[in-house]
Amino acid sequence: MNEKVLMKGNEAFAEAAIRYDCKYYFGYPITPQNEIPEYMSRELSKADGVFVQAESELAAVNMAYGASAAGGRVMISSSSPGFALMQEGMSFLCSVEAPCVIINVSRGGPGIGTILPGQADYYQATRGGGNGDYHLIVLAPASIQESITLIGKAFELSDQYRNPVLILVDGMIGQMMEPVILPDYHSGKQIDKPWALTGTKGIRPPNTIKSVYLKAEELEAWNWHLLEKYRKIIDCEVSYETRNLEDAEIVFVAYGTTSRIIREAMEILEADHIRSGLIRPISLWPYPYQSFDEMSSSTKAVLVVELSQGQMIDDVKIGVNGRFPVSYVGRFGGTVISPEEVASEAKRILGVV
Amino acid sequence: MAMHKLIISGFGGQGVMMMGQMIAYAGMMEDKHVTWLPAYGPEMRGGTANCSVIVSDKPISSPIISKANAVVAMNYPSLLKFEPLVIPGGLLFANTSLFEETHFRKDLVIVSVKANDIAVEIKNDKVSNMVMLGAVLSGTSVVSRESLYKVMEKVFVGAKAKLIPLNKLALEAGFEIGRVACAENFNNSDF
Repeated sequence: MNEKVLMKGNEAFAEAAIRYDCKYYFGYPITPQNEIPEYMSRELSKADGVFVQAESELAAVNMAYGASAAGGRVMISSSSPGFALMQEGMSFLCSVEAPCVIINVSRGGPGIGTILPGQADYYQATRGGGNGDYHLIVLAPASIQESITLIGKAFELSDQYRNPVLILVDGMIGQMMEPVILPDYHSGKQIDKPWALTGTKGIRPPNTIKSVYLKAEELEAWNWHLLEKYRKIIDCEVSYETRNLEDAEIVFVAYGTTSRIIREAMEILEADHIRSGLIRPISLWPYPYQSFDEMSSSTKAVLVVELSQGQMIDDVKIGVNGRFPVSYVGRFGGTVISPEEVASEAKRILGVV
Repeated sequence: MAMHKLIISGFGGQGVMMMGQMIAYAGMMEDKHVTWLPAYGPEMRGGTANCSVIVSDKPISSPIISKANAVVAMNYPSLLKFEPLVIPGGLLFANTSLFEETHFRKDLVIVSVKANDIAVEIKNDKVSNMVMLGAVLSGTSVVSRESLYKVMEKVFVGAKAKLIPLNKLALEAGFEIGRVACAENFNNSDF
């Protein structure tokens, strides 16, 4: 096993991508993810990869489209308003089934936003900011070590399903430092890409990667193909973590950064003899609706905690399906809710003062 | 103590991020759980620079510090901003080279370190952060001096290796100040 090293989140994301054999990175600067392109510009060429600073986010995502179509292992990254500019590309990548890993180190929003942590891009990530019926696979790590693991998984899923995979983190995970153990070089699992545009060399029929189907019936058939794939992803790729669901009076639901704050809030409540539990979705799409079936009859309420005005709460309500009252507490615009605020809201809901 | 929560603050250029990183690095070398979180917001440009460091025997949930065991204030604006976050009985490390020690909270252990003056005596004002870091180590025992020296050997490499003796000297000077200040406080009946 490799030695523990102290790394900043963004740099660890970039190094992990290199070790999982990312060979192409296209980026355009935006805080709080600038260390990713900075690191890639310095290190990717040493690993026989290619770094290009694109002239815009739109250019970056389309460069990724091209490199992916040619069979390359590609990553791009941005932050909220920059990722908003890439949404057309997300729709196209999904439409042509081009694998790609994207990291959104999100900010507080809307508009230009603040560079401080936010989780207000949940709808954009899970519902899609581009046109048409499509889904990104969305993974939300809560630590730098988990980010490294999920970046490796993202490349695998992306190739396996021929679908873009989004890593949704925020400025806190991007900017903080934690000890991590990096994977070995060449840890990326590779699969054949017989569909890729690699040149026929006169020995095979040409491959085609296209988004255009002029006949409605053809496009509908293609949509059926995509839908079957999405259903398979829903069946196979849900991931989540639970804590103390068996006897919790209140169950928190939170992902990423917020789930770490919840763990501290749970300690505050425990000191006051209040039993609390946590459901932490790791895959935001497909969403772990089934995790709510693990809740026990001792639970009186579900509290969704988000650094947004309340977006994931929609999915929680679908998962809870009327069995428990669901409410929300959060901060937004770059402010981060404190464990004390979460604990006092939990007490208010439970009627404990 | 099982968990140390430190906020290290000052203005850009004083080396507050470096101080925090070195503590986190040393904590990792001691096989402890650590997080280092910089304030990377717009406040870095002109106002206070600060970072939050947690060193713990158990896994760390949130890297954000709402109540600190200790605060390092390398300048006056930082003191105003972060002194209120120290828990009662906690430690305040004040760089009294840059401000008067008059209005400190009465419920804190104050470690007054004239970090810049001492650094100048050692013949390099740039090591004021290492002077303060020395005081933090003896005052909090967050990590050992030996671990910090190992970190110096990892951080100051190549052409920078020649800076190690100077930095050690600065750290030693601060360590002694912190030790004396905390011993005095320990003997003080108020605590």
